[in-house]
Amino acid sequence: MKPSFRHRPLDWGRANLFSSPANSLLTVLALALLWQLAPPLVGWGVLRASWGAGDPETCRQAGGACWTLLTEKHRLMLFGVYPYEQHWRPLLAMALFVALLATSANRRFWRPWLAALWLLTVLGIGILMWGGVLGLVPVETAQWGGLPLTLVIAVLAIAMAFPFSILLALGRRSDLPAIKALSVGYIELVRGVPLVSVLFMASVMFPLFLPEGVTIDKALRALVGMTLFTAAYLAEAVRGGLQAIPRGQFEAADVLGLSYWQAMRLIILPQALRLVIPPIVNQFITCFKDTSLVTIVGLYDLLAATKAALNDPGWRPFFVEGYLAAALVYFCFCFFMSRYSQWLERELNRDRR
Amino acid sequence: MAAPIVELCDVNKWFGAFHVLKDITLEVAKGEKVVVCGPSGSGKSTMIRCINRLEEHQSGRIVVDGVELADDIKAIDAVRRRVGMVFQSFNLFPHLTVLENLTLAPVRVAGMAPRDAEATAMALLERVRIPEQAGKFPGQLSGGQQQRVAIARALCLKPAVMLFDEPTSALDPEMVGEVLDVMSGLAAEGMTMICVTHEMGFARAVADTMVFMDEGRIVEIAPPARFFDHPANERTKRFLGKIIGH
Repeated sequence: MKPSFRHRPLDWGRANLFSSPANSLLTVLALALLWQLAPPLVGWGVLRASWGAGDPETCRQAGGACWTLLTEKHRLMLFGVYPYEQHWRPLLAMALFVALLATSANRRFWRPWLAALWLLTVLGIGILMWGGVLGLVPVETAQWGGLPLTLVIAVLAIAMAFPFSILLALGRRSDLPAIKALSVGYIELVRGVPLVSVLFMASVMFPLFLPEGVTIDKALRALVGMTLFTAAYLAEAVRGGLQAIPRGQFEAADVLGLSYWQAMRLIILPQALRLVIPPIVNQFITCFKDTSLVTIVGLYDLLAATKAALNDPGWRPFFVEGYLAAALVYFCFCFFMSRYSQWLERELNRDRR
Repeated sequence: MAAPIVELCDVNKWFGAFHVLKDITLEVAKGEKVVVCGPSGSGKSTMIRCINRLEEHQSGRIVVDGVELADDIKAIDAVRRRVGMVFQSFNLFPHLTVLENLTLAPVRVAGMAPRDAEATAMALLERVRIPEQAGKFPGQLSGGQQQRVAIARALCLKPAVMLFDEPTSALDPEMVGEVLDVMSGLAAEGMTMICVTHEMGFARAVADTMVFMDEGRIVEIAPPARFFDHPANERTKRFLGKIIGH
């Protein structure tokens, strides 16, 4: 049994920090490093920092971190060039997104109506962002930007890529030669090119094939590009899970008379997917961060909007503060995904105790 | 004698160049208990796996309850609905509870109402003497208990024939008895059974017919009394000498 150290910090220290000569040495080195790093960091980030409203001049005189930048520019960083007086709309859209994700995180709600809820919420978010109905001023997607754009692209790309990747993984293991060849070809082709080139193709090449006068929205094209790209990688993770399921499970499903799709849905996938939660979430996180690449096709996601905010000559010296803030936002979402996946794994593996 | 419920006629099967089943001909009457034995690699498992099309035969005829097994998917489904199977490695679904393992096929395949399926499942769990485990996951049960659940699961669809593929080979010795007891009970109720097993005591007590296979052929078919005491074939004698003699 694990002894309790709660009331004896000295014992805790001895067991965790000085349990061996090597550990003691590492502890001392770490403390020395902290001693060197902490004072200047605290001095820059807290003691000499400028807070609240102000201009770059006050920051320069204070000599520390310029958190004033965030007070002055956070609307531009968060919402890009979306019309200023309409910012409540992307804000509400983000709140809807977060509520949707929070609902979906709960296993008790994994029911057919959840798919309907997704459709409705995404529709609601679309109406909010686009406008043009219900007395909302229309806003083109070219003007969307910042965190809402990052969320829209990341969440929708993940939500659409996941089911698609399952079909691809099943296709790759199919006995039907045509389906297998198609799946293998697709996965290998997409994995063979960088995301940047997929996005370029979606935004530059694809319109060339469309008839004159027909245009497809730029954000939509980027979203489709992200989805197709992510699906190819996810498919291989899912296939890894399928391969780990013993043949006996397929045979037991067969002899009970389950159809192929029943066997997959009820027996194979529930077991396969829980095995590959770590690589799947890995891919989700990668996809979330890769949305920052849509800037190369001219969309202003969170990172691009932050960069735009720092274009103001007076604020330019304080780019560290701006990027730190953007990094913190990315980190919050990715860390949440990672923690959620750990919780989900524990929750789903309760039958393996 | 009535028309056989399972009929194999000149069945041949190859795994690549390897000829696993050679001219297998076997008839099983309704209510008959057949025990198949033979050295490992003799094709016993492959033969019974052909009866519900887990393996495909390349020539000959297999007819189960009047339905011939061919490439026709409907025929395969029809046969599988009439045939229950118990595997050496249980193959329970580890992510479902014992009760869910039993009700899955009746609800999803046979379209039974969930409440009726549960009642049937509980009755079957009583019969294999583990109703108290209904809410547990397979991983929480002993091997013997898991195999009894697997038997109950196979019975849920009310099969006309039960196939057993070495049902006790993966079990610890002290758990073999509880599984054989359940199988003997089933035999006493008149179930048609085809068992691949090395449990010769069980075979002698329960079987109507013994089948001995070697190198892909059926070498001898005989009632147990004659099979054990006066085997006709040299290879049968040697095999029995090895597994009973020591």
